[in-house]
This record gives sequence, structure tokens and C-alpha cells, in this order.
Amino acid sequence: MGERLTGAVRRVFGGDGLQGLMIQVVAILIAFIVGAAVLAITGYSPLDAYVSMASGAFGSSYGVGQTLTQATPIVFTSIAFLIGLKAGLFNIGIEGQFLMGAMGATLAGIYLDGLPWVIHVPMTIMVGMIAGAFWALIPAVLKSRLGAHEVITTMMLSYVATHFTSYLVNYPFKAPGWVAQSVKISGSAELPRILPPTQLSAAIFVAVMITAASTYFLQKTIIGYELRATGLNPSAAENAGISIDRSILVSMALSGAVAGLGGACEIMGIHRRFIQGFSPGYGWDGLAVALVGGLNPVGSFFASVLFGALRNGGMIMTRATGVPLDIVNILQALVIMFVAAPKLIRALLRREQ
Amino acid sequence: MRLELVDLINTGLFAASIRMATPIAYAALGGMFSERVGVMNIGLEGIMLTSAFSGVAASYYTGSAWLGVVAAVLVGGLLGLLHAILTVKYSGDQVVSGTGINILAAGFTAYMSQVIWGTRGSSDAVNSIPDLTIPVLKQIPVLGAVFGTHSPLVYLMPIITAASYYVLFKTPLGLRIRAVGEHPTAAETAGVDVYRIKYMCVIFSGMLAGLGGAFLSLSHLNVFNKGMTGGRGFIALAAMIFGKWMPFSVFGASLLFGFADALQMRLQSLGILPPQIILAIPYVLTVSILAGVVGKAKPPSDYKPYERE
Amino acid sequence: MTSAIQMVGVTKAFPGVTANDHVDFSADKAEIHGLLGENGAGKSVLMSILYGLYKPDSGEILVNGEKADISGPSDAMRLGIGMVHQHFMLVPSLTVVENVILGMEPTVNGVLLNTERMLRDVADSCKRYKLDVDIEAPIYQLSVGVQQRVEILKALYRGADVLILDEPTSVLTPGETEELFNAVRELKADGKTVIFISHKLREVLAICDRITVLKRGKVVGTVLAWETSEGQLAEMMVGREIVYEFTKKAECGLEPVLTLESLECLSDRGIPAIRGLNLDLCGSEILGVAGVEGNGQTELVEAVMGLRDLTGGTVKLDGQDITGTPPRARIQMGVSHIPEDRYKRAIVPDFSVLQNLILGSQRDRFTRNGVSIDFAEASQFSTNMINDYQIATPGPETLIRYLSGGNQQRVVVAREFSRDPKVVIAAQPTRGLDVGATEYVRRKLVEMRDGGAGVLLISADLDEIWALSDRVAVIYEGRIVAVKDVDETDQQEIGLLMAGGGIG
Repeated sequence: MGERLTGAVRRVFGGDGLQGLMIQVVAILIAFIVGAAVLAITGYSPLDAYVSMASGAFGSSYGVGQTLTQATPIVFTSIAFLIGLKAGLFNIGIEGQFLMGAMGATLAGIYLDGLPWVIHVPMTIMVGMIAGAFWALIPAVLKSRLGAHEVITTMMLSYVATHFTSYLVNYPFKAPGWVAQSVKISGSAELPRILPPTQLSAAIFVAVMITAASTYFLQKTIIGYELRATGLNPSAAENAGISIDRSILVSMALSGAVAGLGGACEIMGIHRRFIQGFSPGYGWDGLAVALVGGLNPVGSFFASVLFGALRNGGMIMTRATGVPLDIVNILQALVIMFVAAPKLIRALLRREQ
Repeated sequence: MRLELVDLINTGLFAASIRMATPIAYAALGGMFSERVGVMNIGLEGIMLTSAFSGVAASYYTGSAWLGVVAAVLVGGLLGLLHAILTVKYSGDQVVSGTGINILAAGFTAYMSQVIWGTRGSSDAVNSIPDLTIPVLKQIPVLGAVFGTHSPLVYLMPIITAASYYVLFKTPLGLRIRAVGEHPTAAETAGVDVYRIKYMCVIFSGMLAGLGGAFLSLSHLNVFNKGMTGGRGFIALAAMIFGKWMPFSVFGASLLFGFADALQMRLQSLGILPPQIILAIPYVLTVSILAGVVGKAKPPSDYKPYERE
Repeated sequence: MTSAIQMVGVTKAFPGVTANDHVDFSADKAEIHGLLGENGAGKSVLMSILYGLYKPDSGEILVNGEKADISGPSDAMRLGIGMVHQHFMLVPSLTVVENVILGMEPTVNGVLLNTERMLRDVADSCKRYKLDVDIEAPIYQLSVGVQQRVEILKALYRGADVLILDEPTSVLTPGETEELFNAVRELKADGKTVIFISHKLREVLAICDRITVLKRGKVVGTVLAWETSEGQLAEMMVGREIVYEFTKKAECGLEPVLTLESLECLSDRGIPAIRGLNLDLCGSEILGVAGVEGNGQTELVEAVMGLRDLTGGTVKLDGQDITGTPPRARIQMGVSHIPEDRYKRAIVPDFSVLQNLILGSQRDRFTRNGVSIDFAEASQFSTNMINDYQIATPGPETLIRYLSGGNQQRVVVAREFSRDPKVVIAAQPTRGLDVGATEYVRRKLVEMRDGGAGVLLISADLDEIWALSDRVAVIYEGRIVAVKDVDETDQQEIGLLMAGGGIG
């Protein structure tokens, strides 16, 4: 029975099955304990902070709606990072691809007007995905042709994307007025709100679909198999006839496309225009979430909800208790670091026994 | 108003280049030591930021800028130790650990900023390190304007570069460092304490990055601003690769990036191009250089964690 | 007379296997003592304990009659024990001198390296022990035979009186082996103790004074070399008779199935590795390619598989030019490959047995719609392969990293041979396998040949080439310098050709 459960957990959550899942959960718990220490030392009550966070995130239907709203973009960015990682690529420029996708969708939403929403929405989404894919293909080509390490190139392009999109909404596409933002996109390009008065939009359904699609892609398809082989042992994959270059390009393109999709959905569902600085670092959150979620799409979905809860609950906690919102970042970082060193967790667990 | 080229290219630009190169150079040298023992340190950005913050905090509470520098270096070393523990002792993934440090730094510094000064954005102004003027040098035309007056941390930079070269290539320690990065098992069987050398170098890399951060907040400016490192920790990695992990070349590459940074600021103040385009220049430059350089640059290690059997 | 070293009742166990089981072993001064056994018999582990890389679970070690506590290589070195490993522990970009003195660097006033002394001391050592080495050259420029000498220098520089050589001849030509033997005899004349770990009967008989045989972690016995024979040693090692010979085919009278014409290509470093190579492989034959490692074998295999671009020449399969075809196409056309470095190139360690079995065939045989994998088909195939090839595994879902080397190789062989290929490229196919697995793989290669395939066998083990090949080719500095029927030559001639002799 233990064997079957482990096998089932491994198929759904990846990694080492039940033991791996436990280690993840323990990592999260330890992170929260350390976070509580930080709060206490700086003069805040951890109990008040955490309770406020939790009730804000899950205590009401409004809270849950907002939590899911915050989680949605992170589902996309985490899965985007994941796809790259499965092929052995550290695409840490997700933020940039997210922004480019958002910008692409904004422009398509504004300038392709006059179309019925049945056509406009998918087209806008497509443009966003292509923009994100393109932005990820640049470092991909640099890597496959010239061996340039993608960690730095994607990172640099992320900064370029931030400045470039900022330029676009400050100059050529700036809406009249003081704020650095574009005009609104057409109503026909919007994703409807599904749970007013929360901001939850139909984007959550797209997020669920992407989660299912990427699970299927990675586990069941040929390309998914080839990407994973490349990520686990590029030498053996090459010897078996799998083209490493193609794997790099395909996985980065898909990674960028999903990130771009996330950006597009965020614009189409929430903001309905490109506002400078609208992303509080969804790309970085995605990185953390992918790791916490055990490097598989379903886990990422649940971990995204966790991080969405942290953000949403965090904002409410800040208003209620005055604790700086940045404790959320600290908690995220702690979770990442503990998840990054499973041996550390194992060592800690052994010592407790 | 007609703009002459001399408004742009003048001694001020070169002096600024040296200033802007300094934090990059410190971080890049630090990164070099870490990578030479086989540990990628993506967290240089976060270490610089946290050190910049710690320096300002120390200066704020003690009134002494130099104590701030000491604090910055210590904090940098501590974060280096953290990275070393996660990646060397527990064989954690190096990129993940570094990224974790970056996110932690961003959150921690903003959090503590609010706790101490009540705003998430900037700290209060603190005592900073005064510039030094070298008397004889200052008299020389042109060169005097470029090199004559700088922060002591700037003058320290070439000294540390030269010292790094000497240690790495002329001392037993340097020989062992190079062996550990390239073939840790060989070093171990030769009786070298691989773990100790790795720890040393990664901690030292944090300390150097800390110096870089201290320069930003306690010399170049006299405040801490949220996110003030602005990606310099990553540009430092590019400089390190461009300089092929050799001290003097890394220093040279940092000067190049410093020049780009200074140029960007000059262009902004002259209002020629939209600021965002100018801000993007150093990053585009980094990517172009990586695209052109890599292929000839072979890292000193394969970054696999060393498992003692 | 006190022994130089004595190991009494040494036991060492790892999870699942007892590597050394109450082993008693001793070696005298001025003696060359052979430690003989199959792969996995425990020889390397025993000597690693002596060198301080492992701690024994029980037992004790005496050096010159006195009890010794060896907890690391530095302790061992202090006691005068040095080890030359099978896989060299040399830092490629550092020079010979730097590698030799690493860890014991002479200094000027304690801070700077004393380069003058370094060079002097190492040069003196070379002269004293008659080891011919360019001491200022970086390691990566040196041939394997020379690198081995550097390893010996390292041990001697640290004052080794006991020198452990771990499978030293596995990377040497017959000529270099003779040179090594001379050096070893020189060491013996100097009063040193040399412990010679090997699985090669003939060599151990040729050079050693006494031989201790290990089998599955236990000492079978210690004999005097001049009192024993190959047969007796073999029986002691394995406990039964080994089949080393297979029936040979005569001439290759058919159309070549694989033709290599004027091949030229570069190594990773940009130096020409293959310079005008010509070779024909016929169907129904095993063509052994003998050569010392580093003469272009790796590049040759990659060129045939399409993993490396050619700078000149053509590759033809059944007369059809496949020079520009990508690897995947070549695999589908019937070219099969058993890669040299199993763990790195042949298997994906974190994939299951099933996932490894379909590797390479995922696009043609295990899909019905070209998009998704047909797991039902794959599952059936795996079960069949596990049975046919007797792969010892708990199930097809087990991760392949948990299988033994021999079973991993069975998976690789099953995968490649089940495609019914026309050409099989087998690169060092039995490296690292125990005798049972080795026999199995060799038998399978012969089966493939009998079924009509052409087998290109690339091996550094001359005994293996001799056991399996119908024809033998010699590769030297990127060219085929000779091709002969195996009946028309002998190992000595081939050995000579491998070292570049007899040319011009």
C-alpha cells in the first residue's frame, strides 16, 4: 500500500514521491518558524501576523477570490520556469517574458479592435504568447549557437524588457494624463470577472488548463519525453538521436510562451491596460513556486495558491497589523532556501529524532 | 543650445567610469574566487544589496562610516557563508541558493528599512566616506582630473586586484584554489582540505561583494535606496566571464562596464534619449558581449558539488 | 623479517555488499606483490583502506611492524604509502611540477611559491627513478603513459616506500607497459614495495614476485609467481573455467555495409583527430579496432553516428551516402551504438528502465499519433526485453540508477539490438563489467554478427579484440594503419602497430 501511494504521489507531484513531498512540507514549516523569529525580533507578534494573513487569505469568499487572483499569474510563471528547467535550462528571465507578453497583448487588445470577442480574445492571447516566446528565443539562440549561459542572458533581457515596456508606456503608447500607462484595451479583448467584487477573472480557468496541458505534455508526449531526457542527461539524449539544439529552442520557446500567456491574462483579466510596474515580481515568485511545488505543474499550482495567499493575506496583514509587507518576500526566500537543500532538511530531521 | 562632443566625452566621464566600475569590480573579483573553487555565486546581487543596507544601518547607529564599511564586509561574509553551507555542505543547487539569497536580500532590506526608518524606499542620510585626493597626482593635467580624487575604496580596488593575482598564481594557496575548482578529487588525494578552501573562497567572495555594496551606499551615495544595486551583481558576473576569471582582465572588463554606466548617466542628464532606453544600454551591452565572447571562455570548473566519499 | 605493510582481518561493508571480508594481506620490502581478482572482488577497496580513503569496519594495519591509524591520505603519505589511481588525479591545466608538489608546496619565506626549488626537486626525482617527463608541460598536453609517470612521481616526491598501482596498464600500449615494468623493477631495486592491482593474469605473472588472489571480498590464497600458472590463477579468481574463445568467420566476401572514406574531423580542442581515415565494415563480421585511447576512437564513433561534423570525407551505409544525415535518421536507418561511457552517454540515470528502453525509438516505434507516447506498447516491450535479456530489476518502473552496471548494460544492449540493426558500433562494451556480464555482452555481439549485422568493436582490451574479432584494424593518430585477418597476425604485431611502430 505504501508503494502504491508513493508511486501515485510521484506521478502527480514528481520527485521522490511521498518522502519528497514530506520534505517540501517540512521545509515550508521551518521557513514559517524562522519567519516568526524575524517578526518577533523586530517587535511584531508572529501570531497576530500569521492569523491576520491566514484569515485574510482564506477567511471569506472575498479573501479566497483575491487569493486565487494573486495566485493566477504565478501559476503561469512557475510552470514557465518549470518547462525550461525540465530541459535543463535556467530561464530566470521569466519576468521579462511575462512583461513582453503583457505588452504584446495590450497592443493587440488596443489596435485589433472591431473584432468580436470570440476572435479577439484568442488572438490577443496568441500575440502575448508569441511575444513571450520571442523574448525567450533570443537567449535560446545565443545558448545553442554560442553556448552563452542562459542564467545571465535571460536575466539581462529581463531588465531590458522592464525598461523597454516602461519606455513604451511613457512615450509612444502613453495614455493622456499623468500616469505611465497605456489606454484601455477594447472590451472585446477582456477576460470577464467571474466573482465580483473580487478581481478574479476567467484567467483562472486558463491557468487550470495550462496546468493540465503541461502535465500531459511532460508526461505523455514525445517532445516532453525528449526534453526531459535532454535535461537529465544531454549526452545520452544526443547519442539517442535527440537534437540538443532543438530541445533548447523548443523548451525556451514554450517557457517564454507560457510566461507571455501569464502576462497577457493578467492584462486582459485584471488591469485591462499596461501600467508601468504592474508586476510586483510575478516572474521571481514563479521561480520560487516552481521549486516549492516539487518541479511539476500540479505541485506548482498548489504552491502558487500558497504564495497567492501570502501576497493577499500579506496585504491585509499590513493594513491590519502594520507589519511591513516585505515579510512575505522574506518568507518566500526562506522557503526557497530550505527547499533548495533537501539534505539540510534531512539533516535537521535526523537531529530532531 | 548646441551640444559639443566635449560636453559628453570629458574627464568627468572617465572619472565617473572609474567610480561606477568599482562596485562591479569588487563583486566580479568576488565571483571569480567563488567560481574558481567551483561554486557559482548568482547571489552577488543580493549580497551587495544587503551589505549596502547593513553599512548604512551601522553608520546610522554608530555615526561612523568606516564602521559601516566593516559591517558591510562582515554581512557579506556571513551571506557568503550561508551560500557555502547550502551549496558545499548540503550540496544544494547553486543557482537556487543564489536566487534565494537575492530574494531574501530584497525582502529583508526593504523590511528592515521600514522597521528602522519607517519608509520602504530609502533610509535617512548617514555619514559617508569622504573622498581622498592624492596631491602629486592631482597636479597632472587630464590624468589628475581623472584619477586624482576618489573614494579610498576606489584606490583600494587595483590593490586588491593585484593581490588577487599574486595569491592565485604565486602562492601555495592559489595553487590549491585552482586545483580544487578544476579537479577536487585530485586535490583531496594530494592532501588538500577541499571543503575548507571552498568555504574560504565563497566567504571571501561575499566579503568582496560586501565592499562593493558599501561603496554604493557609503561612498558613492550616503543613503540606502531600495534595490539600489540595480543588477550590478549580475553585470559583475558578465564582467567575470568577459575577464575569463583572471584578476586583471576582470578588472579591465569592470572598467568597460563602468564606462557604460557612466555614459548612460551622462546621456540621461543631457536629455538626448529617453531615460529608459539609456538605462537599458548596459544590459544590452552585457548580452552582446556574452554573445561575442563565449565560445572562447572556458570556466575554471564544472560546478558539480564535491562529495567526499 | 618484518613486512613493509600488513593488513590483518580487514573487513569493510557497503550497503548491500561486503567488499572486504576478514582479509589478511602483507607485502615485503623490495617486493612486487600482485593483487589479483575480478572487477568487484574488492582489490581497490582494500588498497583504498590502506591509503586512508576508507576506514575499515574492523581489522588493523601494521606498517613496518607497528600498528598504524590511517584516517586519510595525509596519514598514509606520512607513513610512506603512495597510490597511483586508475583514474588519474591530475589537474589538467596545471603543469607536471605543480601537480607533483600540490599539497606539499615549498615556499620562499612561507608565503610565495619557491618555483626554483620545485623545478629542481622534481627534475632530480625524474633522474633518480629514470622517469622521462617534460616537467613544465601542462597535464592536458601529455599522453596517458606520461601522465601515469607523473602520478608515480607524485607518490615518490612524498617519500613513498610502498607504492600501490591500481590497474596501471589498462590505458597503456604494450610498449608503454614494458616501460612501466622497467620502472617498477627499478623501484624494487631501490628497496621499495610495489603493490600491483590488476585483473590481467598475464601481466601479473610477468612482473610480480608474489600474487594474492581475491574473490568476492575474501582472500583465496597467496602464491609465488614462478610456482603458479595462468590456469591456476584463473580458477582461483573465478572458481570455474572461463570461455574466452568464440568461433570465427573466415573472409569478409560481401559488399561492405559501412564504408568510411578519407574521413577527417576535429577534436573538441580544434586539433585534427581523424586525418584521412579509410575503413570498410562488412555484414556478418566483427571488426575489432585496436588502439591506445586518444588516437581518434571517440571521434571516429561520433563521426559514424553523426554526432560530430566531418571536415572531409564520406560515410556510406549500404552504398548510400549518409554523410550529412543527422543522428536520429541514422539510427532509424539501422546504425546502432553502444556508447563508451555507460553512465554518461548511454543511459538516463533518473529515468526508469522502461524509459531507457524506448530511448531513441520514441518517435518511430512507440507512438501511434506522432504526438504522445504509447505506454501500453512500451510496457509490453519492456516486459519482453526484461525477459529476453535477463535484466535483473524489480520492475520496468524502477529507476535505472539502482541497477548494477551489468544490468544497465543489458538494458543498453536490449535497446540497441532489438532494433535489428545493420551496423553495431560497440565502444568499450564490457568496460567495468564483471566476468559474467562480460561474457553475456560478448555472446550477444557474436549473435548479432551471426544474424548478419556488421559489428565495429572498439576496445582498448586486446584480449577482447582477439576473442571476438574476425578482422582487426589498428587506429593510430587518426588513421587506420593496418587491417588484418585475426589469423594472420598476433598480439605483438598489433601492439607494435598501436604504438606507431612499423610505419614508413
